[in-house]
Amino acid sequence: MNTNPKTAPGVAGRIPALAPETVLHLNESSLIPGDRETLAAWKIAFFGAIALLVALPIYRPHPFLEILSFVPDGLTATFTVTVASVCCALVLGLLAGLGRIARTTIINRIATVYVEVVRGIPLLVQLFYIYYALGPLLHLNGLMSAIAALSICYGAYLAEIFRAGIQSIAKGQMEAALALGMSRTQALWKIILPQTVKVVLPPIGNEFIALLKDSSLVSILAVSDLLRRGREFASTTFNYLEAYTVVALIYLIMTLFFSRLVGLMEERLRTHGGKHH
Amino acid sequence: MAESIIRIKQAKKSFGHVQALRGVDLEVARGEVILIVGPSGSGKSTLLRSVNRLETLTSGEVWVEDDCVTSPHADIRKIREEVGMVFQSFNLFPHLSVTENIALAPTVVRKEKPAVTYQRAQALLERVGLSDKAHAYPDQLSGGQQQRVAIARALAMQPKIMLFDEPTSALDPEMIKEVLDVMLDLAKDGMTMLVVSHEMGFARAAADRVIFMDEGVVVEEGAPNVIFSNPKEERTQRFLEHIL
Repeated sequence: MNTNPKTAPGVAGRIPALAPETVLHLNESSLIPGDRETLAAWKIAFFGAIALLVALPIYRPHPFLEILSFVPDGLTATFTVTVASVCCALVLGLLAGLGRIARTTIINRIATVYVEVVRGIPLLVQLFYIYYALGPLLHLNGLMSAIAALSICYGAYLAEIFRAGIQSIAKGQMEAALALGMSRTQALWKIILPQTVKVVLPPIGNEFIALLKDSSLVSILAVSDLLRRGREFASTTFNYLEAYTVVALIYLIMTLFFSRLVGLMEERLRTHGGKHH
Repeated sequence: MAESIIRIKQAKKSFGHVQALRGVDLEVARGEVILIVGPSGSGKSTLLRSVNRLETLTSGEVWVEDDCVTSPHADIRKIREEVGMVFQSFNLFPHLSVTENIALAPTVVRKEKPAVTYQRAQALLERVGLSDKAHAYPDQLSGGQQQRVAIARALAMQPKIMLFDEPTSALDPEMIKEVLDVMLDLAKDGMTMLVVSHEMGFARAAADRVIFMDEGVVVEEGAPNVIFSNPKEERTQRFLEHIL
């Protein structure tokens, strides 16, 4: 059962700093009323949303059946943007995260400036900048601009997660590896990063969910995602309430589903400690 | 005295305004077992860690055999392969099994075949009395068992020198003996050992020399019996009164 309020529905935002000892050492006995409450709330929200999405077309086939046959086309674009951005952001984030702890000043400086600059500019402004300002120069279409902007933006957030994750691995681990004659690179790949993965998986999962939601911003770049399809339907039929209700429900079901997945993953890492047995 | 395997000349180290080492000279003969004692903050751990350059000296020289550890051109990884280290907090790799902990460095650093390194790991586990824990993970072991694995891990690189940085300080009393027994066994085998510890029993049984440090200098040194029963310096006397 999902017991961690951090990944519970409704709070599926980003976790700025990592506290592995608090994340990793909860167990059943630490179930406090608040946790039980969030789990109950999750069930109500998730199954309620599904029930509503099924019930509405049954009671009012017009316009809900039409909306349901029109809007989900946008899921392809939403998922393309999300998955492609997550993949690029992971690579970018890992590189920048390593750069943030690099001992070479110039690499460290570049990574730090990237993180600070990107985190200081709203995502919507970055989207506009890449699509309208740089797009014509670089011949980027809406989809490419969207993926580029989301990757660059989320790469900066993921960099901080990787950095915090790597730094949370005790200094003694690096010293033990060095004392055995390993190079820093060998120590990083064999000792530090395998332990980092366990620590950063849950917060990365939460970033994925946040990115899924933020992908709706790309609808303003003429990318036919879920939100854009809803808007197109609404503007031709004037069924604003109905169309946006369906769009909201679909987003809600997806994010609740994934946040539950992250919660379960977190629990597995906690109880099995990764790869015992 | 036989030829020196470690030579430390005028080692100085400052952390900001704090001077941890104020000019320490030390020569260690091959096969010698040295216990370094002293109050906390006396610089004994810093001295130990300067031998494999986990701590970089502000000035002074450290030589291990014919290699100058403190030289910026030193092949420090090559030197570290010859110098095993055991930490107060064990520092086992928690994501690897006991056997993997021991076999990793020879496989990765020396590129030895896993068949060879895993067999050696097994033999080392037998030596430290933990052959039944080969597939356990560090968090399933007691502190004493973890420290014995840590010793086996260092030995897997077949070092010529072993450094012990307060190896029993983090252990419950009933686990100290099992770790000291392994260290005694090593000393009998002729390993060169530098040990930061206050274990008088170990010193009497195995140490050739005891070095007393305070405020970044070596105050007094000599055979364990002489230092413990008949210290010359007042600072040594006062310190021993505290820990005996």
